[in-house]
Amino acid sequence: MSKTYVIPSVARNLGGWGTRYEHGRTTRAPAPSLTLGMTLLLLALPAFAQERVILIKNATILTITNGRIENGSVLIRGSKIAAVGKDIAAPANAQVIDATGKFVSPGIVDTHSHTAVEGSVNEISLPNTGMVRIADVLTADDISAYRQLAGGTTTALVLHGSANSIGGQSQIVKWKWGHPIAEWPVQGAPRTIKFALGENPKSANFRPPEGTPRQYPATRMGVEEVIRQSFTDARDYMAAWDEYDAKKKRNETAIPPRRDLLMETMADILRGNIDVHSHCYRSDEILMLLNLGDELGFKVRELQHVLEGYKVAREIAAHGTGGGTFIDWWGFKAEAYDATPYNVALMVKNGVLTSVNSDSDELARHLNHDAAKSMKYGGLTEDEALRLNTINPATQLRLEKRIGSIEAGKDADLVIWTGHPLSVYSRVDTTMIEGEILFDRAKDLQQRDALKREKDERLKKEADEAKKDKGGKEKKDA
Amino acid sequence: MRNHTVHLIRPSGTFAEESGRPARPREAGRMPALLDAGRRATKRQAHRVAAVLALALFCLPLLAQSTIPNNPGRKQTIVLRGGTIVPVTSAPIPNGTLVIENGKIKAFGPAGSVQMPTAAVVLDVSGQFIYPGMIDSGTNVGLVEIDSVAGTVDTTELGDLNANAQAAVAINPHSELIPVTRVNGVTNVVSVPEGGIISGQSALIQMAGWTPKEMIVKAPLAMHIRFPRLRSAPLIDVPQDEEAEKELKKSYTKDVDKLRDILRDAQAYARATGAKVKRVDRDLILEALVPVVEGRLPVIMHANLERDIRAAIQFADEFKLKMILAGAQDVARVIPELKSRNIPVLLGPILAMPQREDDPYDLLFTNAKTLYDNGIKFAIQTSEAQNARNLPYHAGSCAAFGLPKDVALKSITIFPAEIFGVADQIGSIDVGKVANVIVTDGDPLEFRTNVKRVFIGGEEISTDSRHTLLYEKFKARP
Repeated sequence: MSKTYVIPSVARNLGGWGTRYEHGRTTRAPAPSLTLGMTLLLLALPAFAQERVILIKNATILTITNGRIENGSVLIRGSKIAAVGKDIAAPANAQVIDATGKFVSPGIVDTHSHTAVEGSVNEISLPNTGMVRIADVLTADDISAYRQLAGGTTTALVLHGSANSIGGQSQIVKWKWGHPIAEWPVQGAPRTIKFALGENPKSANFRPPEGTPRQYPATRMGVEEVIRQSFTDARDYMAAWDEYDAKKKRNETAIPPRRDLLMETMADILRGNIDVHSHCYRSDEILMLLNLGDELGFKVRELQHVLEGYKVAREIAAHGTGGGTFIDWWGFKAEAYDATPYNVALMVKNGVLTSVNSDSDELARHLNHDAAKSMKYGGLTEDEALRLNTINPATQLRLEKRIGSIEAGKDADLVIWTGHPLSVYSRVDTTMIEGEILFDRAKDLQQRDALKREKDERLKKEADEAKKDKGGKEKKDA
Repeated sequence: MRNHTVHLIRPSGTFAEESGRPARPREAGRMPALLDAGRRATKRQAHRVAAVLALALFCLPLLAQSTIPNNPGRKQTIVLRGGTIVPVTSAPIPNGTLVIENGKIKAFGPAGSVQMPTAAVVLDVSGQFIYPGMIDSGTNVGLVEIDSVAGTVDTTELGDLNANAQAAVAINPHSELIPVTRVNGVTNVVSVPEGGIISGQSALIQMAGWTPKEMIVKAPLAMHIRFPRLRSAPLIDVPQDEEAEKELKKSYTKDVDKLRDILRDAQAYARATGAKVKRVDRDLILEALVPVVEGRLPVIMHANLERDIRAAIQFADEFKLKMILAGAQDVARVIPELKSRNIPVLLGPILAMPQREDDPYDLLFTNAKTLYDNGIKFAIQTSEAQNARNLPYHAGSCAAFGLPKDVALKSITIFPAEIFGVADQIGSIDVGKVANVIVTDGDPLEFRTNVKRVFIGGEEISTDSRHTLLYEKFKARP
């Protein structure tokens, strides 16, 4: 067996990422990364700090997995949901939120985001950039994260761009606005990578930068070839390491193969350690990828966009692959011309695990609209529509045991709505992540005057200083 | 497939660019190298630029010809009975009867109070609702099929001063976008040219007709001016060095001067042609501007930021233009100026992002209420093409943030009709108006509501669209 140990890098560990050396190869291990000391400290914390206890009562609770509870309550202890039901008495120390007439849903999960990324989301230079990581360029000051909380979105898969057939590794985060960025990644969440098919990786719609040649591939044939070649190389790479390990086991002299971060990534996909989320539009390219996966031994966790998923829904379902899509965007490019808003209903009815996701800071703050439209386009039930925002995307991210429904033991990621979230007339009053209220409309409204005053004061100060500087300068010139 | 490599660039100045609406979807496809510049804000801007500069590599000459049935061309006498009539300009009438004759609304009222025609097609719409068709005050419908395919894009002429460009002459009556738009109850849209400083003349069209002429309700509707912006939206990358600032001011002043010069020329041209002392060489651009400078043709000024709106108003004052403001994100900051001049506002898109980081998250959702509370006439526009069908949800989102529901409905029916001077023809259910009427199973602003029947010009229109046909086709996949 390979030897695994953890490099105790404090900065990394605060963020929950460890750098794990296996065979002397670096891989990113999001889960078992805390050092022992840190772990003990965290475990000990609740004993010192007063545990948060919140009771939301008198609300219509949309549990997602156990139907709707009228006049219901949700009890939150610390970061978790402690109880859900009709009659829950408020513990003595509880903060009570009376949500009479309101609705409570789980936080919305968005499986396609590019929010909170510093700089470009595309490492544009190669057809396969599987070695790069979005996790390295996350930033906590993107106001869009707060605006998404204000629309009920709490968890997102922040993806690399779609410029490459195989793009970079993506990162699952919660919008923990106000917390350091190190706290945003979801601990223990699966590692993920972005693949992309069709017009974007073949550079159909964008001009290469001045003076640079067009980048391979230029056709869907080439896209397939890039993926095939990458996995073929990875198999060779793994075989070389296996040979080396075997030799070492026999105590023979062995020279380790050269470590290759891209090949490590590809190998980890084949080992099932990294989930593939692939951008795609047309049905032919969807089948191409699924079949290629069968042939080469990798699985596709979620098809992204998948606007023609309805044409091959049963093949997608048979592969156990999910689909995250826009309900009604179409016609923005040729491969989106056969989109239909009935795509969601057809995928759901064919057994595809389906979600609606955003790929947009703007749409990400009203993803409930997209879910609601599935009732109009193809007649999904209210329950099926709500799942498109919650447990389905949570399952696509393999986090269904922690988020995506209101059940005791799950993370307290909750949204209080003024009305049913599938109504256009509803808005979000309160959003909490792991029991902490991170958006509160009343508070937001209260703070506006103070923020404006502060801004005006600062602007005035800056203008005064500029005037003073200018005055001084003029005097000197004179 | 024909494979011309046509290097055509869709020029800038689209709705997406000026509204701060993200390129849809954000896509994160292959972007130009400037993406790597560093700041997230720069990235966003670059996304927008990249989308706008989308380069089409393939001509798709066979696209954009819908096979959906058009209006049958029979002006039958039709009676709708049993439904709840919501005239918009008066109180709802449960169990109402509506008579359509010669394409017009002949009579309506409670059952029994309406004189029945001797021969008519009688449709029982019990349990359903009858509304006037909805009107989108700003779209590109008819002028574009697929955003990224330049051969299908006719929104944006080259050059800055295209006063003589007319949307009416380029409307494609057989675009797939038209059935898609109307089957959700949007029966009329304003089709708007884009780009430059003077973009051209818009047309108010109905979503049925075999020729552009049959579709046109009013053209030219207005002259569209993208008032020069001191800085491009959104508010980012404020130049710190004086040189850059100077350059920006210079180009801004140049643009405003250009606009001022051509309007002065138009004034002179009007005087010269009016004087009839001698023959004047005709100038089609100046000729198009004569009704503008004479205050006969309204000018729709597209501006979002406070400074730009103020500059546009000042400019309109200078030339005594009949101004309508469009976009108008900062409208709450210029209420007295608009009110004192009676300037109406085409607000939207509503489902978009505020431009400043410190703007309230709900700024665009609350603007409509601010205008309503201050007694300023307004209507809502989507600034969409493929998704102008989402007009009711832009209005509904305003209602979620305080605009009364009935006013939200008016902002997409009677209000635009009044602003555009066609309230004697469309915008409500009133005797003598054109029978643009929809039958629904609920509130048309709600996502789950289905539009069951659509009448345009008194003719019942197919509720099929490219999207329903694709649904039917693949629902039946063996």
